Order: sequence, then C-alpha cells, then structure tokens
Amino acid sequence: MTKFHLEFTVNGEARSASVDGYRSLLDTLREEMGLTGTKKGCDVGDCGACTVMVNGEPVNACLMLAAEAQGARIVTVEGLQSGPDDLHPLQEAFMEHGASQCGFCTPGILMMAKNLLDQNPLPTDEEIRFGLSGNICRCTGYTKIFEAIRTAGQRMAAARSADAASCGCGCRTEIRVKRREPISAEG
Amino acid sequence: MRRFEYHEPMTLEEASTLLTTLGEGAFFLAGGTDLFVEIRERLREVRHLVNIKRVPGLDRIDYCDTGGLRFGALVTAGQLEASEAVIAHYPNLRAALRQLASIQVRNRATVIGNICRASPSADTIPPLIADGASVETYRIGGGRSIPMAEFFTGPGRSVLEKGEIVVAVTVPAPMPGSLRAYIKHGRRKAMELATVGVAVSLDTAGGVCTGARIALGAVGPVVLRAPLAEALLVGSKLDAATVAAAAEQAMQECTPISNVRSSAEYRREMVGVLTRRAVSQAQEVAA
Repeated sequence: MTKFHLEFTVNGEARSASVDGYRSLLDTLREEMGLTGTKKGCDVGDCGACTVMVNGEPVNACLMLAAEAQGARIVTVEGLQSGPDDLHPLQEAFMEHGASQCGFCTPGILMMAKNLLDQNPLPTDEEIRFGLSGNICRCTGYTKIFEAIRTAGQRMAAARSADAASCGCGCRTEIRVKRREPISAEG
Repeated sequence: MRRFEYHEPMTLEEASTLLTTLGEGAFFLAGGTDLFVEIRERLREVRHLVNIKRVPGLDRIDYCDTGGLRFGALVTAGQLEASEAVIAHYPNLRAALRQLASIQVRNRATVIGNICRASPSADTIPPLIADGASVETYRIGGGRSIPMAEFFTGPGRSVLEKGEIVVAVTVPAPMPGSLRAYIKHGRRKAMELATVGVAVSLDTAGGVCTGARIALGAVGPVVLRAPLAEALLVGSKLDAATVAAAAEQAMQECTPISNVRSSAEYRREMVGVLTRRAVSQAQEVAA
C-alpha cells in the first residue's frame, strides 16, 4: 500500500505524518497526532463526535481521508482554548451549566457551537437546533447544552461589542434588545 | 477503514483512464460521505479509490439570467446551499440542500455525488428534475449532455459508462412567473433519508399554469415524473379543486415499495398530501 507524506497545520502548528491512503483523518489525528479529544463515535458520519474544522469549515473527520487534508488547516477541540489556563467561553459555559455528562459528544458539540456562535453569537433556539442537527447527545437531553451555548454567545457578543458595557451575565431581556439592533446592524 | 489503494489524478483524462484500467473494485471519490460509509459497512468492495479533487475547474458555480445555473462535480452541498444564485432563483433546490444530512456532511458531500449515487430518495434529484436540469459528462473520445430525467436506470444505477465522469450539472434559469417548491417528508428533521420527497416546478402567466413538472422521490426505482398529474395542472388557475385532482393523479402514477422507512400505502398517501402542499407552498413563495 502506498504511503502518503502528509503536511498540514493542526491547531496552528505545522505537522507532518506518513499515512496510508485509506486512513481517515480521524484515525490520523487520534493515533498519529495524539489528539484524542476528537472522538470516534459511529465512524459513519451520523453522530458528530468527530467534528473538526478543516479550512474553517466543520466536517466529520471520519468521512475524510487524511490524504485529503494535504496542506489544510485543521482545528480540533484541543485548539479551542487560547492557552493552557485560558478556556474558550463555550468551555467555561459548558462547565458552569453542566452541559456535559458522559462527555463523549462534547468535543463535537463544542466545535459546532463555535461554528454557530462565530457567525451568529445570539442564536434563537431554532438556530441552535439547526446548527447542532449533525450532533447526537444521549445524556443531557440537550437543555443544558442550549443554556451553555446561549450563555457563551452572550459573553462573546458582549466582548465583541464595544458599547455593550453591560452584563455578559446572561439575562435574556438584555440580549433580545441587543439581538435586534446593534448586532444585526454590524452584521 | 478497510484497505484500498488511493489515487490522485490531476486531469479528467488521467482519472478516466485510471478507472478503466484498474478494473473491478475501482471507484471515483469526490465528497466520500456515502462511499466511506459503504466501505465501512462492507456494502461496496473497494480496491482502488480515484480521488478527483485535484482536477482543476470542477469547483465552480456559475449563474446568468439566460444560461441559468451550472455547478461542477466538486461543488459541495454546503457551497451550493450558500450560493446567492440558488438562494435567489432555486428555492426548491435550496430547500433540498438544507435538509440533506447535517452541516458537517454538507461541507464534504458533493451535489453531483448525491446525483451519481442514484438513490431514489436522494434529496437533490427531485428539484433538479422538476427544473429540467441536464448532466454534462466527460468521456475519452467525447462527453455528452443528458437530461437528468433520463439519467437514472434504477436504484444505484445510471446511464454512466465505466470511466465516464459527470463534470457539471446545468439548470435552466427560471422564467418570470415560475413557482417552485420541494417538500421532504421523514420521521425527523435532520440526518434523515426522505420517506417521500416531492418537487414541483410550475410556469405561470397571468395566473394560469402554462407548464408543470412534478418530480416524486422515494416512491419508485428512480425519481419519477407524474406526467398525467402535470397535464391536469396545465391550463388551470391552480385552484384548489384542480390541485386536489392532480395530487390524486400523482398518487396513481407513483410505484412505491414497502421498506424499513415506510409502507408503500403510506408513501402513496403522502404523495397526495405533499403534492398538494408543494403546489400551495410554491404559490406562497412567489406571492
């Protein structure tokens, strides 16, 4: 079997590996790169536990060959936080709300939640549902996940918006007002 | 993953030649979202994958008001879903794309892969057939253009020859007064295969229907047209009685089977309901 010399960027670092043509990106990240944060659930694209960002777009790492990631920029759940003690607002909010139980779906859900909030920091419940429709959680019933995403989104929006000197605490009334005006106006 | 040899041709000619010379067990790879599942679940015996992603020029989406829409073999469902031309002019195709699998899958899956897989329940096929789309292919010695309505020969089968590659799909531009909709019916909203999918594409002038195409997914060996139902709509004002009669007729024109997702009887009933609903949704979108 032909081996491929793969060079790509993983969480901002240049990495290389020699991979078989039939190896999935998921197996390569977990077994060659030691990045076991990304989980293997169904391995057929149904559960979303293996979601990673490839060139800025979320994909199922199980449905992609490592060889196809030649030259790509990959971000895994390990790349969410900006430093060892500096969690992403989503990670903070997930802990506060108890949005993770067994934790197996969490890395994939964090990646999709980030993808959603980066485009739309104050999503409606329907928008959260749509954004997470490729991810399955069998423990939480999703309620706490939704709460955590709303909280993180509010904090991210507050941090972005210079004149939002207020809260970040998550009071809903405040958010509704912001949602309709400054945020959408800024696009 | 089960083992296979992986190939990355740089041209269509190289890709086509590879596929023919590698023989049995050689398949093209574009998005891979269906193919990798088939490999893992041992539904397809694969010895060689010929990835066409390095072939230049297959990732374009073009639209003009005269020529309509043209998208290449490597355009993903996500890219087409986000395309301004599709949002503005093809609400039925857009609806199908937004309901296909999940965001993650749509970022990998190609629309032309969804078509070439030739599943009777594929979401993108009914709206494309209803809109009169054609398939452009590459073959060594000369490609061809095939109306999508004549492309499929059975579940998982098409008129494609070994080594022939679909390079693009073209869809005519909508005429003024065109009304379009696609409704997918399933047990859940995401990550679902259609139990029944109905697309309608209606031409109207002064409130009168001058042309009608109804495409029915997952109720036959291939996506079906309903020509007798269409004929009932043409010349009418799309009034409730006529639409109900056409929906009833469409139920007679489909040939569903019973399987794990639904019984044949239920599918037939849903063709009636969804045809009616699709016509009224198309009218609402236009209004």
